[in-house]
Amino acid sequence: MSAIVLDVQDLSVNFALHQREVKAVADLSFQLSEGETLAVVGESGSGKSQAFLAIMGLLARNGRATGRAIAGGTDLLALSRRELDKRRGRDIAMIFQDPMTSLNPSLKIRKQLAEVLIRHRGYSRERAATRVIEMLERVGIPEPAKRANAYPHELSGGMRQRVMIAMALLCEPKILIADEPTTALDVTVQAQILDLFQELTDDFGTALVLITHDLGVVAGIADRMMVMYAGRAVEKGTVDDLFYDPRHPYTFGLLHSTPHVEERGVRLAPIKGLPPSLEQLPPGCAFNPRCAFRFDRCLSERPLLIPRVRERLSACFYEGELKVETLVEDAAE
Amino acid sequence: MNAVDHTLLSVENLRKTFSIRGGFFRKPLTLTALDDVTFTVKTGETLGIVGESGCGKSTLGRCILQLLKPDDGKVLWLGQDLVGLRAEAMRLWRQDLQVIFQDPLASLNPRMTVGDIIADPLRALKPDLSRAERRARVIRMMEAVGLLPEMINRYPHEFSGGQAQRIGIARALITEPKLIVCDEPVSALDVSIQAQILNLLADLKDEFGLTLVFISHDLGVVRHVSDRIMVLYLGRIVEMAPGDALYAAPKHPYTRALLTAVPIADPKRARERTIEGLVGEVPSPINPPSGCHFRTRCPYAIDDCAKARPPLEPAGDERVVACIRWREIDEKGLAAATRATTGAGDVPSPEAELRLEEVQKPGFTPEDPRPDLL
Repeated sequence: MSAIVLDVQDLSVNFALHQREVKAVADLSFQLSEGETLAVVGESGSGKSQAFLAIMGLLARNGRATGRAIAGGTDLLALSRRELDKRRGRDIAMIFQDPMTSLNPSLKIRKQLAEVLIRHRGYSRERAATRVIEMLERVGIPEPAKRANAYPHELSGGMRQRVMIAMALLCEPKILIADEPTTALDVTVQAQILDLFQELTDDFGTALVLITHDLGVVAGIADRMMVMYAGRAVEKGTVDDLFYDPRHPYTFGLLHSTPHVEERGVRLAPIKGLPPSLEQLPPGCAFNPRCAFRFDRCLSERPLLIPRVRERLSACFYEGELKVETLVEDAAE
Repeated sequence: MNAVDHTLLSVENLRKTFSIRGGFFRKPLTLTALDDVTFTVKTGETLGIVGESGCGKSTLGRCILQLLKPDDGKVLWLGQDLVGLRAEAMRLWRQDLQVIFQDPLASLNPRMTVGDIIADPLRALKPDLSRAERRARVIRMMEAVGLLPEMINRYPHEFSGGQAQRIGIARALITEPKLIVCDEPVSALDVSIQAQILNLLADLKDEFGLTLVFISHDLGVVRHVSDRIMVLYLGRIVEMAPGDALYAAPKHPYTRALLTAVPIADPKRARERTIEGLVGEVPSPINPPSGCHFRTRCPYAIDDCAKARPPLEPAGDERVVACIRWREIDEKGLAAATRATTGAGDVPSPEAELRLEEVQKPGFTPEDPRPDLL
């Protein structure tokens, strides 16, 4: 059993919006082990990004996080801004869908990457410069010495994402959080970046959190996955368990909503309706208005995330078999 | 009009370039978005168009609709060339050809009610309809796309992305078009909503006897909806075939690479399969590689690939392929050259990708595939 590098307990994130509290993340608990890849799957508004922004201390001003997120023996949520600044990059780093939002457009790549080493690790300017080139080469940037002199806008999308990954890895973090890192990239470039992630987790033992809506990406590289809906984890387990034997109707519905590249014409069995507004969650299970398998209990009581099969946790009262026909009949109503 | 082969749309030798302003004291650059594109669309079929950024797929859609004027070539709609038609003459055909865009909210006028948005094409194209008749048609169309008729007086911002796309579809359908160009219609939507819209499009296609040109970067989605699929690379068709045949046995090296790069939502299969990885990224369309545009990333490229544009050859079963080595690769099961193995560190620079012997040839001028990028 590998060492646990991140232990999140009862993480909640609230936003103050027009004198009201909106709960974006509720009671989220999970652990991350060294070298493993955890996929966090959900649609817009599921809280998947906000949960990790909270852990990174990057919430918007009106956001407040409660709970614990223990990494390297300390609770990241309890740290002051200054202390957190020191930990960010070293223990935990995050990259985003659009690298341009995280790169300074007016600084050469060389300079902004070296800055990280000088500030966080006390490197000398010369030593930092050498290390930057090494790291650019490591993440597959051709002619790293030449490209280090480029400004971010002079690089292609794929190259920029590699630069971001290089920057995140400079301080050798134990945890790398990647929020939709390949969503903006072409499919052949996406394959290259996913390959790179795989190598990094294998070679450095970096634990990777991959936040994504793309189940194809998850199947290819994740070990475990956590499915989120309306701010809560609704199912958690190994990738194989969740793909081949989902126990939550939402996971089941997502799988049947994804067109497969290998088959045509098989009618999709989508989940009906729309995700709920976080300001007006339905009583009981938040998924119940869209669920084909709901019954009385789901309307009044919220199911807890409890062990179901093997290492699997699922938040659903329904114990029968999840059938595609039920999805289709329900959608037709 | 040819009633025998049911050709609805025939695009011949279509070419579209854009002029890009150069820097100070620099001459303007020409970007070739579409380079001699020829294909037909049959009545009732769905033609999928796939490719990565810069391949020209959206430009192609816009040229078909005459939203962009091609530099050269023909767009024959039921035998009539639409290119260069005057606005008045085009109006006759406009109701036959409609479009659905990617970003539903951005393509709807925020100051108009849903009813007015959907009725808009009718007002322009069928001005003699009475108000009541127009309203009746709008309501019928809203029901067809799964919107409640009581939403008719609401404004676009009150709708979610999925519902906004339903409004966009209703607006496209109201003129009873024969063909709809769908330009990334589900790319901005969440997975569960995307599936709802795909099913809706399938139902409407049957109900209204539509022909679809479906443009997407998502190969899973294209596979799901298309009868035939066209693969574009830097403005040229590299392969076109019935969907089943294309996915079962891609012939062009780019199609092969593209299909193996698509993530499969099945963990065991995903672990088992080998990816015919590609090095580098799509070169700039401003100065694409000579000969075959794909050769700088192609694991099968040989010297001859740089010499001339590979012709689009028939390859059986309604398939066409633009690769001088497709037979060889197909029949001998030719293994990809070693440089196809992806992995950090071995992505060659555009310059390095030009083989040495080429550089040593007299009269060689380097063609940096990405002059705009380092």
